[in-house]
Parts: sequence; structure tokens; C-alpha cells
Amino acid sequence: MDEVLDKILENYFENDGNSLTILQDIEKSYGYIPEDAVCRISRKLDIPPSRFFGIATFYSQFHLKPRGKHIITVCRGTPCHVKGSEKILNRLQMELDIPRGEDTSEDLHFSVEEVNCVGACGLSPVVVINSQVQGQMSINRMIEEINKLRALD
Amino acid sequence: MDKKDIVIKVCSGTGSLSAGGKDVLEAFRSLAASTGTQAEFRDRCTAHQVGCRGFCSRDVLVDVIINGEKITYELIKPDMVPRIFEEHILQGDPVDEWMAGEQHREFHAAQTKIVLSHCGEMDPESLDAYLASGGYEAAHQAFVRMTPGEIIEEIKRSALRGRGGAGFPTGLKWEFAGRMRSKEKYVVCNGNESDPGAFADRCIMEGDPHSVIEGMMICARAIGAERGYIYVRDSYALAVKRLGLALRQCREHGFLGSNVFDSGFDLDIRLYPAPGAFICGEATALMKSIEGKRAMPSPRMWRTAEKGLWGRPTVINNVETLANVPRILGRGAEWFAGVGTENSGGTKVFSLTGKVKNTGLVEIPMGVTLREVIYGIGGGMVEDRAFKGIQLGGPTGGCLSEAFLDSRVDYESLALAGTIMGSGGMVVLDETSCIVDTARFFLDITQAESCGKCTPCRLGLRRMFEILQRITNGHGRNGDIELLEDLGSHIRATSLCGFGMTAPNPVLTTIRYFRDEYAVHIKDRKCPALVCKNLLTYSCIQENCTGCGLCKKVCPSDAIRGTRKKPHKIDQDLCVKCGSCFDACKFDAVLRE
Repeated sequence: MDEVLDKILENYFENDGNSLTILQDIEKSYGYIPEDAVCRISRKLDIPPSRFFGIATFYSQFHLKPRGKHIITVCRGTPCHVKGSEKILNRLQMELDIPRGEDTSEDLHFSVEEVNCVGACGLSPVVVINSQVQGQMSINRMIEEINKLRALD
Repeated sequence: MDKKDIVIKVCSGTGSLSAGGKDVLEAFRSLAASTGTQAEFRDRCTAHQVGCRGFCSRDVLVDVIINGEKITYELIKPDMVPRIFEEHILQGDPVDEWMAGEQHREFHAAQTKIVLSHCGEMDPESLDAYLASGGYEAAHQAFVRMTPGEIIEEIKRSALRGRGGAGFPTGLKWEFAGRMRSKEKYVVCNGNESDPGAFADRCIMEGDPHSVIEGMMICARAIGAERGYIYVRDSYALAVKRLGLALRQCREHGFLGSNVFDSGFDLDIRLYPAPGAFICGEATALMKSIEGKRAMPSPRMWRTAEKGLWGRPTVINNVETLANVPRILGRGAEWFAGVGTENSGGTKVFSLTGKVKNTGLVEIPMGVTLREVIYGIGGGMVEDRAFKGIQLGGPTGGCLSEAFLDSRVDYESLALAGTIMGSGGMVVLDETSCIVDTARFFLDITQAESCGKCTPCRLGLRRMFEILQRITNGHGRNGDIELLEDLGSHIRATSLCGFGMTAPNPVLTTIRYFRDEYAVHIKDRKCPALVCKNLLTYSCIQENCTGCGLCKKVCPSDAIRGTRKKPHKIDQDLCVKCGSCFDACKFDAVLRE
């Protein structure tokens, strides 16, 4: 872990960065924000960890828990809502056994997340599967896509 | 084969890429190479990507232009490419059945494209294409031939107003910042576009990144800034990529860096991928975010133009505002002012979505009526159902009823009706959309996105959301409507920033125009639009049921009982009211009420 963090710090000093860019680098390196990483950085910079966690919990880009191998993001923008994105979301959580109040299945295979809008409203309802935007989604197509992902594992 | 010029343009916005736009482009390119067409015509046969043209529901859109004659194809898949190539490009005989029809013409006919004029025409990743259309001439003029005072005067005369929502006159904002004496000043492009349902800025950043950068350069010159930031939402991956590329191209060409256009001025613009929070669209919050802090707004003791980023004078303009700037300098302030109304010049881009036939980005001159947008460009309602309302300006905007269909779309008229222009979201609702549920949905977003700094917004929105939730769950109480009105008006009056001041809007406007629908939810415990889940029941109409068993197969909670070829029954205790059986049934045997 130390090597990765040293590199992040180097980047911080070189590009006159700030606490936020450090967190962005951590998220990029680990896929989430490990508590341990923040504590180590905070010791090295003599900045209280609370400042980092204050920022990390504020923005939706940061995740405090490990995320699944496949990340499915359901757009919850207005046009998608009007066209039934809530139904897709509920069905997805049921289908993938995502515990209530959580984003990720216990086996860390799938994360189901929500995003306020991906800006592809002309294609609503929209679901982003592993960074691929998929428009005009239906429950049936969603289940097909999940089965494709399961077949990959 | 006779001599001809062949240009193939394939749409490549986020919408198109998700529909397979990249494969379509590749298919054209490989065919051009393998059939020898490329070799024969050399640079007179080109296939390239172009920015989004706003009509994403018909993607992938392809233009084939032979000797200037343009034919547009719609809904193109990679396997359709060989036939187009063979019949149209090689034999000169367009494929009629795939050509974009009446709907496409209708959608584009009533629009006036100024900001979006490059989108759909030009390769967004090519600086040469931008230069060929006169790109960076306005910036050159601003740096070499004009004084800052002249630029500001020109922008003021154009009546350009901030497209981010509030509509502050852009020229005036620049003037305030220009007047300040400070060694460091900043220009910031606000590309956070938080409003769900608005995607105009995304399309501009993806489809025409150089216009945004050129607008920033002109602003920087006008106010005397040497540093700029483009603050763009991280989840707009393609916009981040293309803006980054455009900035690199500018640095390589000397449009950015030291001594821009040999004018003696330095200018550096950096990309700042925003970490994602609705509130970051608010100017003071956005600046906190660039400074690396929690994005919490501060009371506006000063204008940001006077005291902004790190306490220095800062102009924050929206993407669309900045993209207009090079056009104004290029074609003159009078021309721009002539397009709109007296008080607001130019056009506005709206994201028309919801229950209209044609959804997508529409650019209209200020002052057009809502009816023209919905029934003209939008082609009317889906399945010709009745129009119910239109939500303007995102989750902090307001919802207007049918009575306002003839009101004009400009800052003053919309404010009079109780809503805002916002960032240009237009979500059309029909009789199958529930007004109370829509309001609840908006409050769910705003209560979650409240930064938490001031009490009215943090707690007030939460309470309003809870009340709406209980109404849509069938536990509404007498007096809830009045309570919502009371809370809403207090939050509006006492919140710290523009977010809290506008967040109760959807509830207040829907109560104003659709009070009866709230009353039915509370008194009769019914949802007239059949949307609110907990107010619905599903049952089987015994006479219609053939016992095919399809409903049983799709039911996720095993709530349907029955033997094959005999009428089935739905167990109300197990039913989770997902509606899957209703959607699946082919015999109208499921009753939803």
C-alpha cells in the first residue's frame, strides 16, 4: 500500500493538488476509499482524517466500501423515472440479492448503484453496465444482460 | 465512375455510442478501404464522427453527402451499412426505406441552431475541422484587435444572459470582474449540469468542445484572467475525454499557454473533473469544490465576480453561455439580439423528454410558446394521450399545467408562471404520470442533495419528502396539503442559497395547479394515474383469463396461483405490486385499479 500512497503524494506535491485530488487518486487506485489509506495519508500530511472523510462522504464519486466486480448503475433522472426506472432498480436488487440499504451483493460480484442523471435522457430509461451506457432498457433485457455477465464469471 | 465528393457523417454522442455508433463508423471505414473507394477518391471520400444532433431516440443517425446532397438515415445498425454503401454510395441510389422520415424533418424544422450548429456537422475531435469553419477567429480578434472594454460592450449589446438558470446578464458579470484590480483572476466554465433530465451541456461539451474553450478565452481576455477551469461532471466520461483532447490541441497550436496569438497575454485552462454533487452547480459551492473542500455554499456577501476562487475575482459561466460567445463576436451583437426577445437575446437549448413523441435536444429562439415546442418539435404526446403538465428547470423548477401551454419561453414569462428556465430540462407529463409521485421524486433528490449547512433546507426538505411519501403510500392526513405549503414557503424564504430557495418549487407549483390530485390521494386513497404502488391493487379478471400461465412465470414473488388453462388468482398478501403480470398479460386479464 505504501508505494501506491507515495505515488499519490508525489502527484499531490507536483501538481499543487488538494485533499480532493488525493481522494480521487485513492479511489482510482483501489476502486474505493480504504480507511487505512486515508489514515496513513493523514499521518503523513498531518491533516486530520476527519477532513478527508468529510469530503469523501460529501461527493457521490467516492465509495467507502469495496464495490462489486460488475457495476450496474441505474439512472434515476426525471425522464428515466417517468419511464419506469424505479421498477428496473427494484427488480435488479431482488434479482441480484443486494441486501437492503446496501449497493453490493455479499459475494462482491455485483454492485447496483443509482446516479442522478447520465445525460442520455433521449434514451430513457438508461442503465450503465460496466461503463457502457445502455438505453431504452426493459426488465427483460436487463435480466438478459445480467445472465450474460453471470456467464462470463 | 464519375467524379464526386463523398462525406459520411456518423453521430457519436453518448446516445449514439450506446446504440452502436462506433461499429457503424468502423463498418463504413472498412468498406471504404476494402472496396477501393478510399483509394480512388482519396480525400474526397471521408467517413467521420460528428457530435450529437439531439435526436437520440432515432440513433444511430448517419448522413451520406454526395456532391453536397445530404441524405439522412436513421436507426442504422452495423449490418445495414453494406447495403447503404453498395446502393447509395457506389451506385448513387439511396436506400429509401431507411431514410429519416417526416418525424426527423418535423423535429429539426422549427429549431434555430446557433449553439448546436456544429453538433452533428463537425468532428468534435478535430481541431482542423473547427478551424475550417472559422474557429478561433473570434478569439484571435478578441486578443489582437479588440480592447477588453469593446468585448464587454459587444456582449452587453447582444443581450446574452446566463444559461445556467438564473439568467444574469453575461456582459454585466464580465464588467464587474473586469473592473476589479487584482493580479490574479479566474474564469470558470460550469459544466456540472446537475439537473437530472437536462443534457444540453453534455452534448455541447461532447460535440463542440472547442467553442466552449474559445468562449472561455474571450472571457479571459475581457476580464484579464490568466487561468481558467472547466468544471465538468466526472460521470460525463466522453465530455471529459473530448475536452481534455481539445485543450491539448489548443496548447500544441499555441492558442493556450504563454503569449497567446502574440498578444503578450498568457492563458492556461485546466480541466477539473467534478466529484459529483448536485449542489456544485451553485457558484459558491463550485468554487469550494475546486479549492478541494466540501462543496457547501456560502452567504453571498460579495459577487463572485469580485471575490471568488481563493478570494480573487472570478467569472463563472455556464457551458452554453460560453459556447454562444464566439458566435456573438463572429456575427455581431445585433444579429444575436435580433434572434430572441427584447430582454434575452439568442436561443436556448432545451432537453425535451418525457411523454412526447420526439425526445431530444431542441434549440429554440427565446420567446417561442410551450405549445409550439411540445406539439411542433415534439410531435405531440405519445399515443396521443392527454397532456397533463410540464416540469421546467429540473428538480428545483416548477410544474406547469395545460393553462400555460401558450406562455412564452423566456426568463420573465416563466418566472411569472412560478417556474424557472433552469438549465433547460423539459419533462412532459401525460395522464399516466402521477403529479404527487413526480413531486415526491424531486423532493427525494433535493433532500438527499442538500449540503446540510442550513436548517430550513436540510430538515425542511426532509420533512416535506416524508409527508409526500406518506401521501403516496396511502397514509396521507387531512391538512397535509396546507402543511406542505407552509413548510415550502418558509424554506423558500429562509434558505441560505439558491438551491434551498427553489427546492420546494415542484411541490408548491403542483399544489397550485393540481390540488385536486393531492386531495384524491389523501381522501380517497387512490392514484388517478395508477402510478403510486401502494394505492394500487392487481387482480385477475376471471372472464378474460385463459390460464396461459405467463403471469405466473414473470411474477417475482410467486403470488399467482392457478392451474394451466384455468383462470388464475393473485394472492394479495404476497403481491409486491410490481406490475410485471399486468405488462405480460396478452389478454387484458389483469386489472389494475
